[in-house]
Amino acid sequence: MKKTVISVMGKDTVGIISKVSSVCAQNNVNIIDITQSVLQGLFVMVMLTDTENLKCEFSEFSESMKKLGENAGVEIRVMHEDIFNSMHRI
Amino acid sequence: MLNLNDIMETINMIKQDNLDIRTVTMGISLLDCADSDAKAACDKIYEKITRKAGNLVKVGEQLEKEYGIPIINKRISVTPISMIAASSKADPIIYAKTLQKAADATGVNFLGGYSALVHKGFSAGDRELIESIPYALSETKNICSSVNIGSTKSGINMDAVKLLGETIVKTAEITKEDNCIGCAKLVVFCNAPEDNPFMAGAFHGVGEPDCVINVGVSGPGVVSAALKDFKGDLGEVAETIKRTAFKITRMGQLIGTEASKRLDVPFGIVDLSLAPTPAVGDSVAHILEAMGLEKCGTHGTTAALALLNDAVKKGGVMASSSVGGLSGAFIPVSEDAGMISAAREGTLKIEKLEAMTAVCSVGLDMIAVPGETPPEVISAIIADEAAIGMVNSKTTAVRIIPAIGKKSGEELNFGGLLGKAPIMDLNLKDSPKEFIERAGRIPAPLQSLKN
Repeated sequence: MKKTVISVMGKDTVGIISKVSSVCAQNNVNIIDITQSVLQGLFVMVMLTDTENLKCEFSEFSESMKKLGENAGVEIRVMHEDIFNSMHRI
Repeated sequence: MLNLNDIMETINMIKQDNLDIRTVTMGISLLDCADSDAKAACDKIYEKITRKAGNLVKVGEQLEKEYGIPIINKRISVTPISMIAASSKADPIIYAKTLQKAADATGVNFLGGYSALVHKGFSAGDRELIESIPYALSETKNICSSVNIGSTKSGINMDAVKLLGETIVKTAEITKEDNCIGCAKLVVFCNAPEDNPFMAGAFHGVGEPDCVINVGVSGPGVVSAALKDFKGDLGEVAETIKRTAFKITRMGQLIGTEASKRLDVPFGIVDLSLAPTPAVGDSVAHILEAMGLEKCGTHGTTAALALLNDAVKKGGVMASSSVGGLSGAFIPVSEDAGMISAAREGTLKIEKLEAMTAVCSVGLDMIAVPGETPPEVISAIIADEAAIGMVNSKTTAVRIIPAIGKKSGEELNFGGLLGKAPIMDLNLKDSPKEFIERAGRIPAPLQSLKN
């Protein structure tokens, strides 16, 4: 399994989870877990996904998420889980 | 599942506080490329560099995309060229041009190692290489040069110090149309590290493996953000810096091991340095100011910097399997928004910077001085700085830029990562000429009876 964190930050908008999930589905990315919260007045949604069987190049996938974010007025980042693990776990 | 706050913390460090991997540097040994025929040696050098580092930039970009952390520079360091050029007795410039060709082919933004190690004396090829530096740096774009002129165990080679004063002035004169940029690519070291990934002083030491990946992390912005509005005594300040440095270094360790795996090259070290950029919010001076100094350069600056430097090392050392390079806080004046402003206002002077170099990594870095500065004054500045390194068993370096045709109070504007250098005042009234002309060698210091 190749775990990837998709984070969405910005203003809460209708249907944002559905838009993100459908891009995941189109690219054969399985969603493992979703959390969302309002932190410091900012809507934050974090999706833990499995990108092992990704249908396209990783960079293509993260680019399409970035574009989706730009269109929806939020910021979407796709990052390998290890960057968080290495920073916050010993 | 990961904690939401942790995820947000990491993202904010990257987004707001300019956290990045400053450089992934591949060290390549060229010892097996030496040849009595210079042309054959150059062919071997080009072949080896492009073979080993052909994928370096591509892998760096891949990692950037996958992990979502910017990797600013992909670079190469090579065996000091004086050692390779010595066997051919040809003009060393052709080696510089070959390196430039290899840098272009691999797409790296700097290639370091047009270097010589002369801390005890000159061997075959060393003097020729040093004399060729001004031309090598003006005729190439991405090649960096360094010379080690002293060490704790061997003392300071004052013949080399004298020669380098002249070399630096000549380099500035030849590149005066371009802001004297040649001098920004030339570092004079005492106790040069063999595994430093940072330019302009990177070279691949002779004790290193054939090929190795070294990583330099950055993140002054993250440290100053952690200290902003932080109330607590200096012990607590040090703790906060340690914790932050730990996190920053873990990034470097992760990217370094991953890059080494993908390039199939052993992982060398993480250089735990706080490397500033001219961007607002990425300044080492601002960390010192966040500790409570009204302006970097005022009384107390040396103490604050000593605390910062030590805490960065303590925090970083546990986060990485192997630490090396320069490891500490950098204080390049032109590359740090806070230092630029302190130098412009006259708070930060060269004497204070010299004191600061006694407690942090590197030394007098990216400092512009008046164009009329004679070579012996540059040599004397190098000697002072080398003496600090030699006596304190630490690396010190000088990267100084005589601003040809300009006076103190004016500025050199390099743009990009090199930033802007306000020209600093020097004592040009009392000459050290006789001292420098004596040349010879300053003996190595005693290592006991330390006071």
